Order: sequence, then structure tokens, then C-alpha cells
Amino acid sequence: MPAHANRIDVGDLNVYYGSFKAVEDVSMVIEPGSVTAFIGPSGCGKSTFIRTLNRMHEVVPGARVEGKVLLDGEDLYGADVDPVVVRRQIGMVFQRPNPFPTMSIRDNVLAGIKLNGARIRRSESDEIVEQSLRGANLWTEVKDRLDKPGSGLSGGQQQRLCIARAIAVQPDVLLMDEPCSALDPISTLAIEDLISELKKNYTIVIVTHNMQQASRVSDRTAFFNIEGTGKPGRLVEMDDTAKIFTNPSVQATEDYVSGRFG
Amino acid sequence: MTTDAVPATATGTLTHRRLPRYAPAVTLALSAAVGAGLSAAVGFSVPAFVVGALLAYMATITIAAGVVEGRRKAVDRLVTSLVYAAFGIALVPLTSVVWSVLANGLPRFGAEFLTTSLRNVTGLHDQQAAEGLAPYIGGAYHAVLGTFLITALATLISVPVGLLASIYLVEYGRGRLARAITFFVDVMTGIPSIVAGLFAAALFGVLFGVGTRNGFAGAVALSVLMIPVVVRSSEEMLRIVPNELREAAYALGIPKWRAVVRVVLPTAISGIASGITLAIARVVGETAPLIVTAGFTSSINNNPFADWMMSLPAYVYSQAMRPLSGSTPEPSLDRAWAAALTLVIIVMALNLVARLVARLFAPKNSR
Ligand SMILES: Nc1ncnc2c1ncn2[C@@H]1O[C@H](COP(=O)(O)OP(=O)(O)O)[C@@H](O)[C@H]1O
Ligand SMILES: [Mg+2]
Repeated sequence: MPAHANRIDVGDLNVYYGSFKAVEDVSMVIEPGSVTAFIGPSGCGKSTFIRTLNRMHEVVPGARVEGKVLLDGEDLYGADVDPVVVRRQIGMVFQRPNPFPTMSIRDNVLAGIKLNGARIRRSESDEIVEQSLRGANLWTEVKDRLDKPGSGLSGGQQQRLCIARAIAVQPDVLLMDEPCSALDPISTLAIEDLISELKKNYTIVIVTHNMQQASRVSDRTAFFNIEGTGKPGRLVEMDDTAKIFTNPSVQATEDYVSGRFG
Repeated sequence: MTTDAVPATATGTLTHRRLPRYAPAVTLALSAAVGAGLSAAVGFSVPAFVVGALLAYMATITIAAGVVEGRRKAVDRLVTSLVYAAFGIALVPLTSVVWSVLANGLPRFGAEFLTTSLRNVTGLHDQQAAEGLAPYIGGAYHAVLGTFLITALATLISVPVGLLASIYLVEYGRGRLARAITFFVDVMTGIPSIVAGLFAAALFGVLFGVGTRNGFAGAVALSVLMIPVVVRSSEEMLRIVPNELREAAYALGIPKWRAVVRVVLPTAISGIASGITLAIARVVGETAPLIVTAGFTSSINNNPFADWMMSLPAYVYSQAMRPLSGSTPEPSLDRAWAAALTLVIIVMALNLVARLVARLFAPKNSR
């Protein structure tokens, strides 16, 4: 089990797409072994911000970042840091399930290992596949068809397959960008249960549009807001989830969580 | 209001008077008769008959529909018949080409034609054969072999270059260089094939002495034509690979080049492979560039790096334009048609292969 020492420290982060500043001046601390939820209206930069935490943001042409993101004191954006290595430590699950269509369920789970060129013995890979799929609560449903294509699964199963794929490389942190927004309520509950399980071993950051979800799964909640179109998104406040939903310190947060806002 | 108060809809607002189902067929038959009459008046010919019948049909069905069914249906009927007519017209050249190639090519086509060359076959043999004194001899084995070797070499050159260029354009290329490559690929797509041939001929002239002609020079000429096609089709296939898959790979800590090789390429491979097959089909019938680079010969040459090499298009050209016997050109013309038939069969086979390849490599069970 990875030691719980994966504290993320964000300092004065500005995030740009070309000349457009999408997120402004965000500072926050994400405690190891916690679940942190990001909430806020559409377009306020939640996805943009979460993608800066594992250097996925710069995959977009012209995108760049100013400021610091420290993982255990080490700056992810330091001069000699290889983004590929960062992403192995900080995994990500996307809004839309995206299993590799050319690969079987088994190969999807092993993708992060095999595609990196590692050679592993069959017994070892069997173990990784089983552990990861169990970890993602998918094992019993797919154990008899591991060699079938991953794209043949239902949406909820596909998303759990993507989670299994992400945890198979044993990251320390797991980022999830609206992992349930393309799923039905039952699959959503399955994933929420899974998050409470995963939190024992991973630091989790989840973007969600669903207030109940945020209050159910997270320890801490960060509320992002935007003043108007074309303006950058900002972190309004971040606090314990219970406090954010009952007694936030900023009026805008209260308006948003009580549904009096957009 | 009671439960049975389903409003009795005014019957007739949804239904409409329609022409009977058999109306188009009957109209067509009558129009054929009218067309025959009209064309007979101006001196019967098939085109006149078809045009007459078509016009009669369109006029009748449109007016009938206008009277019975209303304006919208009339327009519908008119446009429907126009679309079918256009479809029929588009089929005319295709079927007539296939028909004439089959009719003229089949007499000489066969195993003997495909397995013998023209070596030592002279006009004298053709004259005797035409007089019934000797069998028809002389085939196109050397040309089939040449076409196969030259095309294979051209594919070997074009596929790596074209595929890598398209990968660069889609996955890596940004800014000026990428725009320049795209521009030159577009320009290359429009290069007349004879220019590609002259380019290769000149290149080999400079490198190996003026007048150098061999199969490899032909392959280079064909590559000039093939590369842009491969780049374009592969580029399109790579672009439709969803970005999500690339991001999924990056998020697993997979370096970009591995993501391209192991995720993007396998996802696009079916389209790429069928695009390549179609590119081969496109150049396999090129004539002009081969005439100026590979030349002509009547004997078997299985070394593409030395001596002139025959190809099927060049064979068709030489048999049709320079018959072995000037006084009795028919046997040569028959050979030209048989070689043309061979070429058409190859192209059709390649097209079928392209479909097969696309199906074989397609991601299984993808939604
Ligand atoms: N790839 C991109 N290129 C340019 N602008 C983008 C891109 N992705 C998002 N944006 C912009 O950044 C802002 C924040 O978007 P996003 O992070 O997706 O918001 P959220 O996830 O909170 O709905 C929006 O104004 C959006 O238009
Ligand atoms: Mg988003």
C-alpha cells in the first residue's frame, strides 16, 4: 500500500489557454488520503484546474500554467520534471468512459504497464488484472470475459474499467473529472461506493456537478466561481464539506449550494 | 368529459388521395411506348428513345401527381425520377467500360496468356495465326510480373514515407513546417503523372547516366504519385481517432510516441490499410510515368534494378499502338484488350481487398 504522504500544495496558480486566462490565482492544500470535491458552475475552470494537477493541461496546444503545484514539496512544474513520470503518480479518470477500443478488458487494465514497454510474467499480470478489477468493483461482472473488448461493456462498467486501468499503475493520487456525469443513478452509486473504498489507499480529487454526491463522498469541498463569460474562474472558498454545505463563509457559496444560483 | 371522449378526429386531415401503387410502373411502360414513337419520328436511335421516354415519364407522373396528390407530392415525384435518371446516367460509362473490356478481352484471356511472355513472338506468328495456320501465341506474363514488382517497390517506398508524414502532421506538426508539408502534399496530389515520370527519369539520368531505365525508376515515379494519396488518406484516418484515447493514454503515464504507436495507430489501422490499398489501385494502371522510366520489353525481367521492364499499362499501349504485325494488327489488339482486362481485374481485386482489410482490422464491437 502506498504510504499516505501525497500532500498537494497549489500556490498562486494561473492557467491559460493561449492568451485566455481560464483560472486565476488558485491556492489550496489537498491533504493526503482525503477526498476533495470541486464544485461550481459550468465553465468556471474545474476541469482546467484539475488537469493542471497531473500536467494533463499542457496536452492542449498553446496551454500553459503559471505558479506552483507541489507534490510532497516537489514542484510538478519544475524544470527537470518529466510530465510522463508525474502522470504515473497522479492518475486520472475522465468524464466520458474511454476504454481503448482495440483492446480486450484484460489489456485495457494492463495498458498502463504494457504500453510502457514493461515485460511482466503471466502470473503477475493475472494478479494485477484481478486486483485492479476488484479494486474497481468490476471483477465479478467481467471475470468470465476478460478477453472480450472493453467497448462491449455498459457505460457504468466502462467507467469502472477506466478506474481499474488507472489504479493498475498504482498511482498515489487519483483525479476524477465528473466521473459519473455520463452514467445512470445505479452506476453512479456503484462509483461513489468505490470512491469511499479507494480513499483508503489513494488521495482523491473529484469534480462533480452533483451537490449530493459532493456531500456524500468528500471530506473537503472547494467552490469555484466565475464572474462572467470571458473572465477567469477563481477559487471562492475551500473548507470541510460539512461546513460548506451547512454554513459556508461566503455568500456566493451559500447561494450556489442551496440552488439559488444559475 | 368521459373516458370515451377521445376526440373524433376529422377524418381526412391526415390521409390524402394517392396515386395507386402501380402508377409509376404503368406510366413508365406507356412512356416507353411514347418514347419509341417520338424517336421513330426523328429516325430511331437508342439515346433518342431513352430521352423521349424519360421526358414523357416525368411530364406524365408530375402532372398526374399534381392533379391527384397535390403540389408537394408532385415535386417529390419529379425529383425522384430525376435522381433515378441521374443514377442511370452515371452507370452508363461504368457498365459500358466493363462490358467492352470483357467482350474484347475474354477471347485471349486465360492461363496461357498469363503465363507466357512475348519473347521471340513476331508479326509472322500473328499473320499465320490470323490465317488459321498456327495457334495464337504470346502473353503478358512479363508485364504482369513487371507491374507486380514495380507496384510492390512503389508501395514499399510510399507507405513508410506517407504514413510517417501523416503521423507527423496529425500528432506532432504545429505551425509553419506542418503547413508547408500540407501545402506541398496538396500540390503533389495535383501533379500530372507524366511529370512525375519525367522527374524520375531525369533523377535516374543524373544519378546513373542519361537514358537509365529500369523497374526501380518506375517505382520511384509511381511513389511520387502515391505518397500524397497515402498521406492524405492516413491523415484523415488518424484525425478521426478520438482525442480522448490519446488523453487516456497520457494520463496513464504513457509517453507520446508509445501512445501513437500502441493506441492511435491500432485504432486507425483499418482505415489506413484500406486507404493504402486504394492508393495502390490508383497507381497500378499508370501508363505515362512507366513508359518514360521503365520502358518496354518483350522478355521476362525479374530484376527491377537493371534493364527495361514491361508493365501491364505499357503492354496495352504498345500492343494497341504498335502491333507486332502492321498488316494484321488484330491479334495484337486482342492482346491489348486481354491485358486491359487483367488490369481491371487487379484493380477490382484491390478494391475488394481494401474492404476486406477494413473489416478485418476494425476494432471489434466498437460502438
Ligand atoms: N481546450 C480549450 N481551449 C480553449 N479554452 C478552453 C479549453 N477548454 C476549456 N476552455 C475554456 O476554459 C474555461 C473553463 O472551462 P472548463 O475547465 O472546461 O470548465 P468546467 O469544467 O468548470 O465546466 C471555459 O471558458 C472554457 O471555454
Ligand atoms: Mg468540466
